[in-house]
Parts: sequence; structure tokens; C-alpha cells
Amino acid sequence: MTTTLQTPAPPGASERSSRSLVDTVFRAREISIAGALVLLVLGTWLTNHRFLSEQGTKDLMLNASILVLLAVGQSVVVITRNIDLSVGSVVGLSAFACGTFVSDTDRNAVLVLLLGMGIGAVCGLVNGFLVSFGRVPALVVTLGTLYIIQGIDHWWAHGEQINASEVPEGVLDLGSGSVIGLPYLSLIAAAVLVAVAYYLRSYRSGRELYAIGSNPDAARLAGVPIRRRVLTAYVLCGTIAGFAGALWLARFGTVVADNAHGWELTVVSAVVVGGVAIVGGVGTVWGAALGAMLLTTIGSALVVLKVDPFWEDAITGALLLAAITADRIVNVRMTRALRKRSARHGHGA
Amino acid sequence: MAMAPEPTGPAAGEAAPIAFEWSRLLRWDVAVGILLVAVFATGAGSTSDFASSSNLSFALNDIAEVGLIALPMTLLVVAGQIDLSVASMLGLASSLVGQLWDAGWTFETIVPVVLVVGVLGGLLNGWLVTSVGLPSLAVTIGTLTLFRGLASVVLGTEAVTQFPATYTDWVREDVPGTFVPYPIALFAVVAVVTAVVLHATGVGRSLYAIGSQEDAAFFAGIRVRRIKLVLFAVSGLFAAFAGIVYTLRYGSARADNGLGLEMVVIASVLLGGVDFNGGRGTLGGAVAGLLLIGILKNLLTLNDVTNEVQVIVTGLLLVLSVLTPRLVESVTTRRQSRALRAGDAPTPPPPSPRPGLSTRTG
Amino acid sequence: MNKSDSVRPPVLALRGVSKSFGAVRALRDVSLELHAGEAHALAGENGAGKSTLIKTLAGVHRPDVGEVLLNGEPVVFHGPKDARDAGIAVIYQEPTLFPDLTIAENIFMGRQPRRSLGRIDHRAVRRTTGELMRRLGVSLDADRLARGLSIADQQIVEIAKALSFDARVLIMDEPTAALTGSEVARLFSVVEALRAEGAAVLFISHRLEEIFSLCQRVTTLRDGRWISSEPVAGLTEDDLVRRMVGRDLDELYPKQQTTIGQVALSVRRLTREGVFRDVSFEVRRGEIVALAGLVGAGRTEVAQAVFGVDRADAGEVRVDGRALPPASPTAAMDAGLALVPEDRRQRGLVMEMSIERNIGLTGLGSLGRGGLVRRALERGRAADWAARLQLKYNRLSDSVEVLSGGNQQKVVLAKWLATKPSVLIVDEPTRGIDVGTKAEVHRALSALAADGLAVLMISSDLPEVLGMADRVLVMHEGLLVAEIPRSEATEESVMAAATGRNTHSGRAA
Ligand SMILES: Nc1ncnc2c1ncn2[C@@H]1O[C@H](COP(=O)(O)OP(=O)(O)OP(=O)(O)O)[C@@H](O)[C@H]1O
Ligand SMILES: [Mg+2]
Repeated sequence: MTTTLQTPAPPGASERSSRSLVDTVFRAREISIAGALVLLVLGTWLTNHRFLSEQGTKDLMLNASILVLLAVGQSVVVITRNIDLSVGSVVGLSAFACGTFVSDTDRNAVLVLLLGMGIGAVCGLVNGFLVSFGRVPALVVTLGTLYIIQGIDHWWAHGEQINASEVPEGVLDLGSGSVIGLPYLSLIAAAVLVAVAYYLRSYRSGRELYAIGSNPDAARLAGVPIRRRVLTAYVLCGTIAGFAGALWLARFGTVVADNAHGWELTVVSAVVVGGVAIVGGVGTVWGAALGAMLLTTIGSALVVLKVDPFWEDAITGALLLAAITADRIVNVRMTRALRKRSARHGHGA
Repeated sequence: MAMAPEPTGPAAGEAAPIAFEWSRLLRWDVAVGILLVAVFATGAGSTSDFASSSNLSFALNDIAEVGLIALPMTLLVVAGQIDLSVASMLGLASSLVGQLWDAGWTFETIVPVVLVVGVLGGLLNGWLVTSVGLPSLAVTIGTLTLFRGLASVVLGTEAVTQFPATYTDWVREDVPGTFVPYPIALFAVVAVVTAVVLHATGVGRSLYAIGSQEDAAFFAGIRVRRIKLVLFAVSGLFAAFAGIVYTLRYGSARADNGLGLEMVVIASVLLGGVDFNGGRGTLGGAVAGLLLIGILKNLLTLNDVTNEVQVIVTGLLLVLSVLTPRLVESVTTRRQSRALRAGDAPTPPPPSPRPGLSTRTG
Repeated sequence: MNKSDSVRPPVLALRGVSKSFGAVRALRDVSLELHAGEAHALAGENGAGKSTLIKTLAGVHRPDVGEVLLNGEPVVFHGPKDARDAGIAVIYQEPTLFPDLTIAENIFMGRQPRRSLGRIDHRAVRRTTGELMRRLGVSLDADRLARGLSIADQQIVEIAKALSFDARVLIMDEPTAALTGSEVARLFSVVEALRAEGAAVLFISHRLEEIFSLCQRVTTLRDGRWISSEPVAGLTEDDLVRRMVGRDLDELYPKQQTTIGQVALSVRRLTREGVFRDVSFEVRRGEIVALAGLVGAGRTEVAQAVFGVDRADAGEVRVDGRALPPASPTAAMDAGLALVPEDRRQRGLVMEMSIERNIGLTGLGSLGRGGLVRRALERGRAADWAARLQLKYNRLSDSVEVLSGGNQQKVVLAKWLATKPSVLIVDEPTRGIDVGTKAEVHRALSALAADGLAVLMISSDLPEVLGMADRVLVMHEGLLVAEIPRSEATEESVMAAATGRNTHSGRAA
């Protein structure tokens, strides 16, 4: 009774060429950010050579390290179609806790890092538990925990501050030392970045994070343990944030309760600039790390270029917008080119 | 146009009985409303000055700017968008007011100029979102930095303070015979208008459609882009207006006025049950959330609770407000399905079509 | 069927299962047995409870009453994963893909082959995907993202997913709804092979001849109740329809004689770079024009460009003689154009909105004065059209999400018919719709045309095209290659044009 139209054996040609183009389009994000970063660094360096002096380079790397770490952690959460706004508060709390812990002692740096990670993990666990098992919207919950953690931090610190002189040498060394010109801090950030990137790419549970963000219903039908995975993502993000807090202490020595206040938006913008879609399922930690580097480098460049400090924010904002706009336009163009090209290669749409 | 042979009405579709639906109480916005009343009652009972008209007037006026910004924000969030640049726009407006006043302009010219700047800022956001196709969160994080930066370009770290009493009084005084300050009266009027727009007009329906499924809205002929663009412009306008109110209320124009206020705005809107993913929420809920945060803050201050603890309470409130309904819901559904499994499946309710009686507001 | 099969317990069975959603009783005391080496069909109208039954077997729903039996033993599936681990592969009615992941990843999510240290063996994933695609006889690139795949291709990925592990039970909920004839044939041969190896198969389709060609037994559901389970042999299509519908069915293609009037829609030299080129045609009042062609020939894209959701690079669209501004669906609607899109879940409906609001969405200006929406008018409009199209629903305020697939399609139709259009474009209007409703939709289209509506119908269902159309336009690879009047339209002439074997009368490429 019903017959449908018969297709001839579909032509197998034309796929190679359009595929490489597809790859290019979806790598475009990372490439274009890397390009922007290179341009920015080169441009600034041409104007002021001190920008890439030994100290200058080291400063650049140091400035980027903590934000890169936070962006890596945040991406893991954002990929699952969630968000963690509490990272700024977690950094603040962890830095202050670590500061109090080492203040006027000579405790080991490793212990400090572990403490920071522990605090972060607990915060992440709370967030993750609320989001995954409480099934409540991530934005609201983590905005809530942002306030709660920040409140606890302030309440505890009570306006006090911990000075570099109270922090043991070993810890401060971690923040300022380097091997062959590469600061420890940056090496640590790079190691975390590589580890997380590898995990996301090469482990089932890592891929499942993308699946959850891409289509939660389908993930459920595919038997993905959504709650457990989301919980893990939050714990990872929190742990990294706590870790970053400990490094903050190591880097700056001086900590107050207000550390990293308002950083949540900076981190999220780094992640977004880096091409991790806020709706989940898309993006890499590489991109997020590049985004973080771009943001901090803009800041450093403006200082080196002796831009009127009143203009600094305005220029940063404008560049941020320019970066995402340019990227978007390139992407749209390439998709369109792809459409025309694939059509010319044979079968219709 | 005769379609079906016998239009028998819903074949297997029997309407539910007109009974009180307990599930309505579980709705987020209603729960926040109830909580608001409870907090108010507790406050009035336990703290002597709380319910005095002078204190209420003060408490209300303290949420004027957040409230004015929260109204268009609610519409944006329902449409699946967000505007994080509002507090920066407030700061920009404030520094413009200061700078222009310093330069000898009259207030009658300053106000329209500042409002136009607000609209332009909003249009920039809207343009980047609708024409370039960027996600609003990303765009407005960018303009958050940009507008705040421009504010400091305009005014630096200065503060402009001498504003004439005729204007500052306007924002500080109550509508005669009430404890409602003028900005709040204005807020109330705008809130009513916004509620009507959201819940009883085609535009409102479109916002929900855009928020839950933009593609489908577009295919239904809804002017998705135009609506979004207008929303962002309105958001910019109200942020700029809030900047003027803020400046006059504190009698001080500074570039860092309202720093971080966007989080408070978002917190109140979300606390009221507006879904960040769009497509769900009510304006009543948003207003309840706003009042709850405002009143609680006032109550805690009256009871000498420190600022840190207030921050913690706000956070707990946010978490509990979303957690409680879910917990209650999951308990009831579990009980229900256990009952079903035990064998007493509910008998289908008698058919009773009831046109015009909707149980859903969201 | 040989004797020993009936001695062994069924691989998978339901016994006395009931399932309710609120007041909707989707299944009432239903039993079903799936035997190894047997293909079992499940028939029933839209909303009869077929998908619910499948989801119960798949561990998505837990029965309120009754039990699931695996090899004769009662089991409780706590989730889809339990069912999968028990060797049950399911193709759901609505594709459940991850748009941001590649086809290969979609197929193997959570089950990727691994190498040392638990790492995913990406190469093996890709290679196995390639093999699956070859087995299905399609050439989908394993590295392509699932986003943007046509519905047919999505369905193929779903099928590949189900085939990718050696299932003892293969459950398919309308897998063929979006497939072309040759793809269906290939799917069937793969299923046959699996069955020969001893798998049990449960198959749902609204195309009755598929049930007859693939299955040995058929179970019919009506309004959630079990009606019959019997061998297919000895059953006629009419018998089956009677069991499903509960009465004899009227004519499936009730084509009315109409008087053909003025040109209502005229499309001239419409081009969208890389998608379709130089498409010109006219549709007159009272006329049903079918747009036929292979899946991917560019028919949907033409419809979208006509309606203005896609921007055409060149060309002109006129409705009742007035040119439409480019890329404005709003203007197209005002001019009297309506488009029932192909993808109802993404584009046809706002899934989480209520039935009444979905139907009201196309008439927001007309539901009250001064931009206001009056609830009573909104509900009246919805109730009216729900009744006319015999929609099955619980309450008009329920979200369309909970409706059965066919009933969702009716809501989309209602939403557009309520705008009283003068030109109606329908893209695959009866995909996934049961025979009874299909006849109703056809009668509706025919009646609308008789009332002077111009109808442009995109359809891959050839009998539907031949049964309903006054004229058949055929597209091939982005070009309009033939225009065939009703008198000359046959399966052969349409197929020949659609596959580009010859260009019939009319415009040549
Ligand atoms: N999650 C749900 N919540 C509420 N009602 C539901 C839900 N799922 C299904 N239903 C209802 O149960 C009934 C059976 O639906 P089901 O999807 O099983 O039908 P079907 O036989 O698969 O129809 P179709 O052929 O259209 O796919 C319908 O009335 C539907 O509205
Ligand atoms: Mg179904």
C-alpha cells in the first residue's frame, strides 16, 4: 500500500573534502583565539620590548596561571550544561584558610595545597550534591553558595589580613620560583590543563560529560549516570578552585577575605571567550585556557602600553567583545562556505 | 470548512475535576510569596520598629534601583536571555549625571541624555545578541566591563555631590499620605504594566515561546529578533534610570556606584522562580523574591545582624528556595507512585470541560 | 514457528501491566510475549500506548501494576541501563542524539571500546562505526557531528546504535517513519539477519504493509487496552485496521473534486546558494500540489525559503499577486501563508508549552484587543481545533510534551489551520500518523482545498502524493526537474524524475 521513494545507492564521494573543512570550522575557535593572543603579544612587544623581557614573560605567565586553572575547572562544569558561580568565593575562602593555617609556622607547601584542595572539594561536593541530587538550577544554587561561602569567609576573617611575612618561605617559593624560566605556578597549571584535557577526551566518563551537556534526556536513555557525573564535575571544579586558592597565597603572600571577589564572571568570560558553549556539550579546556590567557594578557598589555588606568576597563571590555564578535563572524562565514561547497560536490542539501 | 465528521470533543481527553490543586502550592513563586508574608509577620511581631511606616518607607526605597532593573530583567530571563551589564550601566549613568551637572547642564537636559545613553547601551547588547548571534551571557559580561570602564573614563575616581534638594527630595520622599516613596510608587506602576505585558499579551506569550524554544517561536512568525532587541534596549533604559535615582538618593555621583548590583538583581529574579533557562516564571514571583531579599535585609539590620551573616542568609535563602519545592515534590510523587503500585490506580475523573479556566499562569 | 520455541519461555514479556500518567491511563492490563527468532509487531492508533509499552520494556518507565519478565523470571529495571545490560536494544520514536558529538560517539556513548588504562580506543570506535554504516548500506561519515543531520539520517544513527551491540531483543518504535524505500529494505534485511540468529524483535509502524512483510505476530492496542495478539498470516490489512480503530475505515485518499481558481502562490527563480537553484512554480486556489523528490533533494529548504525562515539568495515569492519581503515569516503569515514544518519537536511546537498556548501562538494578534490575549478566546480557539482534528488529550493546559507523536502533529496542524491561511505548505504532514488519522488529515486537506485553499504538500509517501495531488512537482538535487499532471502521475514517472533518470515534461534542468 505504501511505497516510498527509492534512493539510488548514495554517492560516497565528496566526504573527505568537506570533512576537513568541518574540522577546521570547529577548531577555528581555538585557532582564532590563539591568533588573537599572538597578535596582542607581538603588537605590545613591538611597542615596548620590555613586555617580553625575562621578567615580563614570567609575569605574563604568572598572571595567567591562576585564571587558567579556574577556567579549566569551570569548563568541566559548563560542558555539562551547568555553571559554578561560587569559584571566586571558594578561592577567597581557601586562600584565607591556607593563610591562617601557615601563618607564623613553617608548614610544608604540599600540606597547604592539600588543605586548599580539601576545602575546594567540600565546596564542590555541596554544589554538586545540590545540583545533581537536589535537581535545582545550577545558576541559582551556585549564586547562593557564592554568597554563603563569601559570608563565611568574611565572618571568619573579620577584616583581618595575613601578610607575606607570616607565610613560610617554602610556600612563597612555590609562588615565585621557576625552572628554566618557567614559573612553578605555570607548570602546575599546564599539568592540570593537560590532565583534564586528556581525561575529557579519552575516558568514557569524560565523554559522558559532553553527552550530558549536549542532550540530557538522550544521556539518560543511553544509561549515563547523570547525577554521579555532574557531582564529579563540581567536585573537580571545586577542588581546582581550592587548589588555586592555595596557590594564590603562595603567589601573593598577602591575603584578605576579599581575594578573588567577583572573579566568577571573569572566569566565566574566559571560558566563553574560549569557545565553551554556555549551553553545554561544546568546547575544550584548551580553548578555555587560551581564553583565560587572552584576558590576563590584555590586562598586562594595557599596563605595559601605559594606557591611562581609567581607560583600562573600557578597553578590556571592548577587546573582549571584539574577540567574540570576530570569532563568531569567522565561524558563520566558514559554515556558509561549507554549505555552498558541499552542495557543489554533488547531492543536494 | 467541515473537517472531522463528528466533532465529539476530546476523545480520550477528560478534563480534570475542578478541585483545589495542592500542586499549585508547591509552585516556587507561590512558596516565595508565602515565605515573604511569613517573614513580614515574624518581623512585625518580634521587632518593634519593623512595621513602622518610616522603616517600611526606608526599606522599600532601598530596593528601588534593584526593583526597577529587575522588571525588564524578568522579561529577559523569561525569554532565555540575561543582561549582566545593568549595574555597570547604572554606574555609567551616575557618572554622566555627575559630569554633566559639574559642567553646568540643567537636570532637564541631563535626564533625557542619560536615558538615551542607556537605550544605546542596551541596543549595543541587543545588536550583538540578535545580529551577530552571540550568547547574551557572553555579550553582557563584555559590556559589564565596557560600561564600567566608560564610567571611570567619564568621572575617574571623583565624586560629584551637590545636587539640588528639589531633585533629591523627589527620590527620598513618600507619596503624600503613604509610606511609599516616589521611586517605589513608580516601580509599582511599572511592575503592574510589566505583569500585564508578560501574562496577558501576545508579546508575553511570545517571550515564553522564545525562552523555551526559539526555533519554534520563529517558525510561528514571532519577530524573535525585534523582541529581543527591544528588551535589551528597555533593560538599558531602566538601568540608566536607576542610575539617576541612585545618584540622587545617595546624593553622590561616582563611577563605582552600584558595583556588583547585577548579582542582587539576578538573585531576586531567580529567587522568585524565574527559570534561568527561559520559558518559565512569573512576574509576581520575581517581585516577591525582590521584596523578600529587601525586607529580610532590613529586618536583619534592625536586629544588629552583621553584614557577613546577612550575606550568608541571602545565600541560604536562594538555595532553600529552589531546594524546598523539589524536595516536597519528590516526596509527594514517591508517595503517589507507591500508592499506584499498590494497586489502587486512580479512577479517571469525570469529564467536565471548563473553558476559560486556566490553572497555569506560567 | 517451530514447536520448541513455544516451549521455551519468552525472552521478554509483560504481564498484566498498567501505567498511568496523572489521569491518562496509557496502558491498562496489557500482556505481551516476545520470543526468540520472532518478529512481533505492535499496532495501534496514535496515543494507543505503544511507546509507553516500549518504554516500560526499556526500563524508562516502571509499571504501576504488573511485571516485566525476562526469560520467564520477573525483573525490575531501575533504568535504561539495566535493560541494556540485559541485552535489550531500543530505538525510540524520537531520535535521542547528542547534537554536539560525532556520529561515532553517539553510537558508542558509554560503551566505547577501550585500550590500556581504560582509555577510549578512538580508532576502534571510528572503524566499528564505519562497519555498521556499511552493514546498513549508507555512507554517513563517522566523524560528522549529529547536529544538522536530516531526520532520516538521525534515524539511521539510532538504528546503528541499536545494532552496535549484540542484542537479544531489538525494539524499534517507528524506525521507518522517515526512511526512504531502499533504506527500509536494507533495515529489514539487517533485522531479518538478526532474527535468524535468534534475536527477538518488537516493531512498531503505522505502515501496515511493513508489518505484514517483516513480522510473524501482531499485537494490537486500543486506548491503552490489549485487543488481540495473533499470527500475521491469515490477517488482512482491513482486519488489522478494524482491530486498531474499532470500526471500518473510510477511504484513505478522499480526494474531492475542486474548481481550480486564481494563482495563489507563485514562486519565481528562487535560489539559495548550494541548496536549491532556480525553482519556479505556481499553486492555484483549490489545488493540491505535491512536491516530491528524494530525501535531501531540497524540498524542505524550498518551503522554508518560501515562508521566509531561510533567506533566499535570489528570486521572488508572490502570494495572491503581492510580492513577499524576503526572509520575514511574519510578513508571509500576514499574506496568508502557513508552513507546517517537518521537524515538529524543534520547529513545529514549543514542547513545554500547553496545547492551547501552542495553538494560540500563531494568532496572538487576534486573541483580544490591543495586543492583549483573552484566555477564553485562546482556549476556545484551541478547543475548536482540537475537536475538529479529533485530538486526544487530557487537558488543554497540559504541555504538548506528553502527547503521543501523532497527536503532536495534529496540534501543529491545528495551530496553522487556525490562522485561516490562503496558502498552506505542509512538510511531511502524515509522518508518524496512524491510518485513521492519516485519512482524517487527508480529508482535512481535501476539504480545505475544496474551500479554495492552495495546498503545497511535501511528501515522501508516494501513494499519498499520487492519491492527493492535482499536480506533482519533482525535485532532484536542488533542481525542479519535472511537473507532472495528475493524469500522468504514476509511481514510475515520479520515481524516474526523482532519481534524475529522465526529465519528464515541463522544465528541464
Ligand atoms: N510522560 C507522559 N506524561 C503524561 N502523559 C503521557 C506521557 N507519555 C505518554 N503519555 C500519554 O499516554 C498516552 C499513550 O502515549 P504513547 O506515546 O504511548 O502513544 P503511541 O501509541 O506511541 O502513539 P503514536 O503512534 O502517536 O506514537 C497518550 O495519551 C499520551 O498523551
Ligand atoms: Mg509512539
